[in-house]
Amino acid sequence: MKVHEFQGRELLADAGVPVPAGAVVESIEEAASAYKSVTSESDTKLAVVKAQVHAGGRGKAGFVKLVRSAEEATEAARFMLSHRMVSPQTPPDGLEVTKLLIAAGVDIAKEYYLAITTDRATRRNVLIASAEGGVEIEKVAEENPDAIVKELIHPLMGLQPHQARRVAFKLGFTGKQVGQAVKIMLALSNAYQRLDCSLAEINPLIVTPKNDAHPDGQVLAIDAKFNFDDNAMFRQKKVAEMFDASEENPMELRATRFGLNYIALDGSIGCLVNGAGLAMATMDIIKHHGGDPANFLDVGGSATEEAVTEAFRIILSDKAVKGVLVNIFGGIMRCDVIAQAIVNAAKEVGFEVPLVVRLEGTNVEEGRHILEKAKSDIPTMQAATDLGDAAKKVCAAVG
Amino acid sequence: MAIIINADTKVICQGITGSFGALHTQGCLYYGSKIVGGVTPGKGGLSDENDLPIFNTVEDAAQATGADATMIFVPPPFAADAVLEALDAEVRVICCITEGVPVADMVRTRAVIDERNHGRSLDEQFVLIGPNCPGVITPGPKTGSGESRRDPYTNKGCKIGIMPGYINKHVSEAKTGKAVGIVSRSGTLTYEAVWQTSNVGFGQSTCVGIGGDPVRGVGFIECLERFQADPDTHGVMMIGEIGGTDEEAAAEWAKSNMTKPVAAFIAGRTAPPGRRMGHAGAIISGGQGDAASKIAALKKCGFEIAETPADMGAAMGRAMGVL
Repeated sequence: MKVHEFQGRELLADAGVPVPAGAVVESIEEAASAYKSVTSESDTKLAVVKAQVHAGGRGKAGFVKLVRSAEEATEAARFMLSHRMVSPQTPPDGLEVTKLLIAAGVDIAKEYYLAITTDRATRRNVLIASAEGGVEIEKVAEENPDAIVKELIHPLMGLQPHQARRVAFKLGFTGKQVGQAVKIMLALSNAYQRLDCSLAEINPLIVTPKNDAHPDGQVLAIDAKFNFDDNAMFRQKKVAEMFDASEENPMELRATRFGLNYIALDGSIGCLVNGAGLAMATMDIIKHHGGDPANFLDVGGSATEEAVTEAFRIILSDKAVKGVLVNIFGGIMRCDVIAQAIVNAAKEVGFEVPLVVRLEGTNVEEGRHILEKAKSDIPTMQAATDLGDAAKKVCAAVG
Repeated sequence: MAIIINADTKVICQGITGSFGALHTQGCLYYGSKIVGGVTPGKGGLSDENDLPIFNTVEDAAQATGADATMIFVPPPFAADAVLEALDAEVRVICCITEGVPVADMVRTRAVIDERNHGRSLDEQFVLIGPNCPGVITPGPKTGSGESRRDPYTNKGCKIGIMPGYINKHVSEAKTGKAVGIVSRSGTLTYEAVWQTSNVGFGQSTCVGIGGDPVRGVGFIECLERFQADPDTHGVMMIGEIGGTDEEAAAEWAKSNMTKPVAAFIAGRTAPPGRRMGHAGAIISGGQGDAASKIAALKKCGFEIAETPADMGAAMGRAMGVL
């Protein structure tokens, strides 16, 4: 699960990480007063207006703007709230923007990168830091791996102060910056464990220029990104409340309510499969035979007839779908349940497109019998003997 | 022989009175596994519908029955605790079927298991399988209908978990006279691999579903190591998927340590980056974990690659030189 940048800033501030003043607005009218309040203590009167959407590419799309007056803030808000944001990471017709973050601009002397994630290879959480902040960390990792500092975090002890100090010195922090950076790293690590994160990232972490009030500069978090472990949401009520349904594909949400795992793709062959691995493999074999999958759909092992019928409704509601492939290897899932759901969906929605069914495993004979009896009611249905045969048949039928 | 479990393994079920626990306890009994009891806190002293004794704690169950394996069906919030309880009671094989266990719980639990296993030989180690896995099976030859406890499918096999047992073939029923080991991150793809390897004439020595989570118990290498040492395993099929770098590490390990033929399939060639494909662990992120790089690493290390999921049986056959 992801949250918005403004929510990430709240979580950081709660954890004790200093962030510049910010405010969230949902209308053009609110922008001027929000600008005034966040810049009331700054000399430069600089602020940044940022669209709150999960998709990246905001800056290039014109949805992150530096402003120097209440008028400019209002103008930026007017543009962002009245245009859809289109970037390489959004659907082609873009996304509606309903919330903006207006944050105080700060002068930056140097940018850093700081993140915590779970490292699968060592099975531990790891702190990742770099003195090359503000850019994509993957790029740094590829082009200059020595610029990345890593500290493994003990699963039971958590990040220790001496580890954070080591990172701070390696990154080149000096004077009072060291203590500030250490405090931020420890706070981020605590938040990561306390909130069941899968990623907690500050990019950039910055140092402000030295001045009389702060002779060593101030260490601040400018942008925060949090991802959370979906499995742990049962014990993270506050985080779960931050979930923004408008950021999700409506079909995927509908599927979730029935315990189905559905991901919309842009091909023409709808797939209904049990098991995530087999569902992925089914997409692969469709592609191998020249077709294009319209979705990933894992009905799971314990789906009811009703849930599987809903799965067919979701697949068939996608107008791009020109054929459907059902691939079931029943373990816990019984083939007769799937067969009955096919019959139900045929009655209720109707299969106007070709349907190829491959059943194997638990109760396969009962399943085949149910489909055999219903054959005359589902004229577009073909049975397949195995996975390869099924993929070939559906690709040929779609053409 | 086989690996991890055999016909003598005595199994209990944690969560035996839950609907899934009860269903699959029966499934394992009907297959022929020696299921000797179960655990549901507060129901100690009672019996389940198959007349198996129920205990309040794993310790009580292990002492009374001599169980050396457990299958866990408790809900996700309690699964890690159930694993640790089994570990505390010295149950050697701990198979956690539960899906949806928080990653942080597994990070801590795995650290504790690793600590307990430190310095132990392969045979003495505690083996955690899963979570989010279909279980493990060492098939036996078919000796019965599998329709009741009195007439189990086999009297020489052991199934722990939710796999359909009847698709497996014992080596004595295989026309090549050879058995392969199967290790997989995906449940239903394991069934597909079992089915296909049976169809090309192999039996299976043991099939291990290691689970689809990013942090789990035994991985590919721990299974390959055991298959390499097992005289009844003649080749190994490994089924990986996108996400992480376990397949790459296993490929390197196999290159220097495996002398038996190895074949592999990687699911997710067409998966889009950044999307979690069902399994919590199946996600291409940070430029790592895509299928192409895994397949390249496996090929380089001598694995025969199944180009499609329909090619798994044939790939195993090519690796074993029988096709």
